Amino acid sequence: MIYVVIVFLWTSILLYILLGGADFGAGIIELFTSKGNRSKTRKTMYEAIGPIWEANHMWLIIAIVILFVGFPKIYTTVSIYLHIPLVCMLLGIIARGTAFVFRNYDAVKDDMQKVYTPIFIYSSLITPFFLGIIAASSVSGQIDVQAQDFLSAYVFSWLNWFSVSVGVFTVSICGFLATIFIIGQAADDDRSFFIGKARRTIYTVMFCGALVFVAAYHENIPLASWIFGDTLGLTAIIAASISLIIMFFLLQRKKPILLRLLAGFQVAMILFAATYSHFPDIVLLKNGANLSLLTHQGQAKAIDTLGYALLIGSIFILPALGYLIYIFQQKKEVQEAH
Amino acid sequence: MDDFLAARLQMAFSLGFHIVFACIGMVMPFFMSVAHFYWLKTKKVVYKDVTKAWSKGVAIFFATGAVSGTVLSFELGLLWPTFMEHAGPIFGMPFSLEGTAFFIEAIALGFYLYGWDKLNPWFHWVTGVVVGISGLLSGILVVAANAWMNSPAGFDFVDGKYLNIDPIKAMFNDAWFSQALHMSVAAFVSTGFAVAGVHALMILRGKNVLFHSKAFKIAAVFGTVAACLQPISGDISAKDVAHRQPAKLAAMEAHFHTERNAPLIIGGIPDTANKKVDYAIKIPGLLSFMTTGNFSGEVKGLDVIPKEDQPPVAVTHYAFQIMVGLGMAMVFIALLYFIALWKKRQWLNSNWLLKLFIIATPMGFIALEAGWTVTEVGRQPWIINGVMRTVDAATPMPGIAYSFYLFTGVYISLAIIVSLLLYRQITMVGKLYDSTSKLPKN
Ligand code: HDD
Ligand code: HEM
Ligand code: HEM
Repeated sequence: MIYVVIVFLWTSILLYILLGGADFGAGIIELFTSKGNRSKTRKTMYEAIGPIWEANHMWLIIAIVILFVGFPKIYTTVSIYLHIPLVCMLLGIIARGTAFVFRNYDAVKDDMQKVYTPIFIYSSLITPFFLGIIAASSVSGQIDVQAQDFLSAYVFSWLNWFSVSVGVFTVSICGFLATIFIIGQAADDDRSFFIGKARRTIYTVMFCGALVFVAAYHENIPLASWIFGDTLGLTAIIAASISLIIMFFLLQRKKPILLRLLAGFQVAMILFAATYSHFPDIVLLKNGANLSLLTHQGQAKAIDTLGYALLIGSIFILPALGYLIYIFQQKKEVQEAH
Repeated sequence: MDDFLAARLQMAFSLGFHIVFACIGMVMPFFMSVAHFYWLKTKKVVYKDVTKAWSKGVAIFFATGAVSGTVLSFELGLLWPTFMEHAGPIFGMPFSLEGTAFFIEAIALGFYLYGWDKLNPWFHWVTGVVVGISGLLSGILVVAANAWMNSPAGFDFVDGKYLNIDPIKAMFNDAWFSQALHMSVAAFVSTGFAVAGVHALMILRGKNVLFHSKAFKIAAVFGTVAACLQPISGDISAKDVAHRQPAKLAAMEAHFHTERNAPLIIGGIPDTANKKVDYAIKIPGLLSFMTTGNFSGEVKGLDVIPKEDQPPVAVTHYAFQIMVGLGMAMVFIALLYFIALWKKRQWLNSNWLLKLFIIATPMGFIALEAGWTVTEVGRQPWIINGVMRTVDAATPMPGIAYSFYLFTGVYISLAIIVSLLLYRQITMVGKLYDSTSKLPKN
């Protein structure tokens, strides 16, 4: 059962990065769009994510619940030592979720929009940035549970070049996912505009990815040997790079679904390479006493019921979610045909 | 401010904030579905207008409820890591099921909000009902988790270790039923009275009267019926508390001495130093009767509880008085409303009845917050009743006071913006929603 739970944990994290990430990306793209094109971007985005945007963020909650029910020690260690970036991320989540609704549901469209929009845009940037920092700090052995002073215990655990560069990389991934997603949604005359954007985000992702390696080198984190030292990890990274190249050539063709699948595949491979190399350890500590999904799992009974709850839950959720996406995709195509 | 106090206050503020949105998110979909049902049945366009206006409100509240809930699921670890480390696997069952319920709610809401004119009308209606049912379920589940903190079950506590975990037993602990029932009814009372009050105000101002009257009636009927059920459910809760947490009951009642034929103490100022209550109304024997079913039954007082295990008396007592007092006031309004519906239809058009409802607008939510204060403060100094102390659960990280100020600021600004948004939704009814109205905009 423990493996069922781990698969669910991994999948919800992946889906959160993909769906939630595309969602954050929408705001990030708006930031990097000139004022004149903003409303076009915004409208296309809203049509694309409106119906499912709430569900996109549920994956994070599922992941957290799995952590605290199944792996309480991991959940609490991260909560204690990464308190500050977690709070920053939460503030981002609050600001963004509410600003999204406010700007779309305010009955009067007036100057208040000038308040909501920047909040939405900047929190779209901040939230994935801190998410990346949190993820990077957990896996890079910077958490020092023996630290005696405030700074080494609660600040340097996450405020270092490596974590920050992964934060930036996460932001670029979100922007990338959003542009790929939007291409399929855009009306014909806007397509070239969005294709140009997609191209630029792909360059950005590659640049930020390189940055992560530089930062890892600087912080003495053996990132390269983690990823390239392992056949599976290496395969995953190669697959990710190939799919990026294929995508580059596919951008011009009208194959939005294929593009999205490739983008999803690519991110899945990156996540795989990042997590596989030290599986089952998930939180690496400075003193080497790593927290592992296998040795730090909860008692068997708790894991079993959690596993069943997840299985039963997915029987209800997945078909409904699939149908939701399907219906609105269908309607969209019908409308466009008219 | 000391870190421990800050952590408690931050938790209390976050929950107190979330609960308002959660309740509205649980109950509004039912109001909406009733209005929607009338629209589908009668084809009177005003019902469609009401449904649409309400669904906007639901969307705003849902999103705010969802983000504040997300914050909570992190805060449990950020503020109370020791608690979560041990409690997580035990009381996690309702939370993992709750995840499913939320998810279904979010999906159904997606269908509902974006499904007008796209889905089969009855399928569309059903998705609205599903939003309500899954919201209610998530409320019940999360309260079952809270009930576990009051009435820990499903593990053996041996030498400071939590052994033989049984999450199912933990979920169906002794307190879950009485708390879940009381909470669900409370959600209907508070939302019903709040919504009815707002529409009553608009009727009184003569704006879009047909629209607001229909809306008022749906909300008022839900709220008043629930208000009459609440004392019954509260009585079940009180008996339950007396049995499982005598310290909490004693604090609620400011009952210092164990005695037979114990009086029910209403109001008054508890004097902890001298162990008495000043200026209170005392009804002899009633407390014994209410908790044991017998006027001469024995009720435990604070004197049998060791000093270090006593909850704060004054806060618990006042909060309890506020909840019950407001509950009774709402029962009174409910009875007047029923008389008006069945016997004196002319009252329905009279201003004083509307005014009563306007005054009652915040009552349900105040009672709700007060009730949670009773439960949570009355459990102190325990975070898991009799097992773990709240002090021992708190995070080692210093400087929580700053995080408390930060979140308080955020919550206050959100509350202001949400109020502004609602105010605008309501004042724009004539322009946006009420297709029967010929009134020019304000
Ligand atoms: C609209 C809100 C509302 C109203 C009118 C009432 N309550 Fe209440 N009460 C709540 C809302 C609430 C609550 C916020 O929902 C609580 C907190 C925990 C819970 O399960 O429900 C609660 C808790 C609570 C408890 C503690 C339960 C526990 O710790 O397990 C008792 C004994 C009562 N209530 C009793 C009453 C009585 C006798 C009422 C008579 C009118 C009453 N309540 C009205
Ligand atoms: C599942 C539901 C809930 C859980 C798991 C929960 C958990 C907690 C925890 C961990 C604390 C901090 C420790 C303490 O001071 O006792 C707390 C305190 C508190 N909670 Fe709850 N709570 C729940 C529901 C609620 C709700 C809905 C409210 C609504 C207002 C609430 C009000 C409070 C208050 C007022 C305190 C502060 C008590 C004090 O400082 O003395 N709780 N709760
Ligand atoms: C410690 C306590 C609590 C935690 C950790 C918690 C967690 C959450 C989370 C994560 C969400 C977001 C789900 C979404 O996106 O839809 C949420 C929403 C919700 N919560 Fe809570 N919750 C707590 C207390 C409560 C209580 C006491 C209730 C009450 C009755 C409640 C009822 C709800 C409901 C109905 C929603 C759906 C949002 C809506 O419809 O507006 N929660 N909660």
